[in-house]
Amino acid sequence: MSTPTASAPFGARRRLSAFFYRHRWLKLLALLIPPLSWIVVVYLAALVVLLATAFWQQDELSGQIIHTFTWDNVRTVKDDPTLHAVTRQTVQMAVLVTITDILLAFPLAYYMARVASRGVRALLFVGVLMPLWSSYLIKAYTWRLMTGDAGTINWALAKIGLGPLHIAFTTTAMWLAFTYIWLPYMVLPIYAALERIPGSLIEASSDLGGRSWRTLRSVIMPLALPGIAAGSIFTFSLTLGDYIMVDLVGGNKTDFLGSVIFRYQGIANDLPLAAAIALVPVIVITIYLLLVRQLGAFEAL
Amino acid sequence: MEPRPVRIGLRIFSLGVMAFLYIPLAVIVMASFNASRIPTWPIKDYTLHWWSLAMHDQHARTALENSFKVGLAATAVALVLGSAAAFALSRFRFFGKNSLSLLLVLPIALPGIVTGLSLLSAIEYLSLTPSLVTVAIGHSTFCIVVVFNNAVARLRRSSSSFEEASMDLGADGWQTFRFITLPNLATALVAGGLLAFALSFDEIVVTNFTAGAQQTLPLWIYNQFRLPNTAQEVNAVAVFVIALTAVPVYLAQRLMRESGGIGGRG
Repeated sequence: MSTPTASAPFGARRRLSAFFYRHRWLKLLALLIPPLSWIVVVYLAALVVLLATAFWQQDELSGQIIHTFTWDNVRTVKDDPTLHAVTRQTVQMAVLVTITDILLAFPLAYYMARVASRGVRALLFVGVLMPLWSSYLIKAYTWRLMTGDAGTINWALAKIGLGPLHIAFTTTAMWLAFTYIWLPYMVLPIYAALERIPGSLIEASSDLGGRSWRTLRSVIMPLALPGIAAGSIFTFSLTLGDYIMVDLVGGNKTDFLGSVIFRYQGIANDLPLAAAIALVPVIVITIYLLLVRQLGAFEAL
Repeated sequence: MEPRPVRIGLRIFSLGVMAFLYIPLAVIVMASFNASRIPTWPIKDYTLHWWSLAMHDQHARTALENSFKVGLAATAVALVLGSAAAFALSRFRFFGKNSLSLLLVLPIALPGIVTGLSLLSAIEYLSLTPSLVTVAIGHSTFCIVVVFNNAVARLRRSSSSFEEASMDLGADGWQTFRFITLPNLATALVAGGLLAFALSFDEIVVTNFTAGAQQTLPLWIYNQFRLPNTAQEVNAVAVFVIALTAVPVYLAQRLMRESGGIGGRG
């Protein structure tokens, strides 16, 4: 026999638990409301304010934001040829980095998933993961050291009787650095996609007379495509919005969307115009996401 | 099975890509011991001077403390909200489920500068003062995704039949959660939490917009890069940071091994 004081909370708990069991939708709501409201209140609301800010004005004297509607900022973004050039440059870089990363990541992911032994595979997996999680700033800075005129790359080239290259603070240096820094984001989803392909499918292909190349093209590639698309969301989006690398490795010599937005906000202190420019990467990435959704990227994220 | 020359070719190529991933990290570690005041390569003389300088820098220490506070707060929020979302999405079916999972990934799919500027616009709109609290709130939004990904991967792999069996044997909902669900999920949550902390600890793109006058370690490092003759000290702090984030990531990886790897930032 238990004492009433000990059984009372137990009974209440039991009743509560039974109540939740009978009303599953209440349990769902209890689970869903906190994370959902956080995302909506913090994130979506902030995005809405960003959108609104793009259509607000700034008092030229006080620098205060006045909440009255204007097309001025958006019109500036739409008509400014410099911003068009910057957008083109940024998108070009994002595409170039994405393609380079696919070319580097696919063979590595293929080796990990289908050729390497279990031990080597585990080693490579951790090996790809560690650089992903080590400090972004440090990785950016090390490329500044490496691409300098007296940097590691020229030192290595001189050893084999080549160079020197003058790539310090150029788009070439940024291309190398971006490719490096986002590479793990491409390797991991491709690896996950390749690993899921059952060996029997590949055997079936060769039984039916498919040679290696044909199997790769007709069986493996279509199944790996969602992984490639998922990885490309990261490489594309991360390059599109970066401004730290543009500063550290590019020396701010070439303007990118991220660095222009940062400059308008931080130095010119013109938040409405910065917000209007920020709509450009939002539009570009939305178009990109709609495109890659066709390739099944979201299932492979 | 691939033909032998293809396998050898793949192995050599993979080795090359791994070298590409690790040589820059090796360069920065070595540079932190460089005795020269100007960053040079190759390194002629090695010293521990930069390390001791970094260790006694008061600003660096305050920044480090701030990073710890923000990381712990963001991780705590992310653990609660991320695992709740994972339960809801993996154990229930409901209308709008797919849009919700897309919504959860959005803070990571959109460029960091958009997230940062949005949060800043909201801070301005509400006339808040940027502080460590606003930084932690900002970090939580994308830390949730990391915890969510790890928890959802585990929940998808483990069937709900154990929970049903527990209920059949007379356990109530709380007991089932405490003795069946939680132990099964524990390592995934620890791994997700470690990764969320590592992500927050390293974040700069969003932090730069939401920190105001406060400094976190990445912001301190970034400011140092702009000053002359501080690069070597920064290198030492940098290597310390790499070591510090490597530990949680390694632990997370070990914890998640049995369930087939961890879901990274996406």
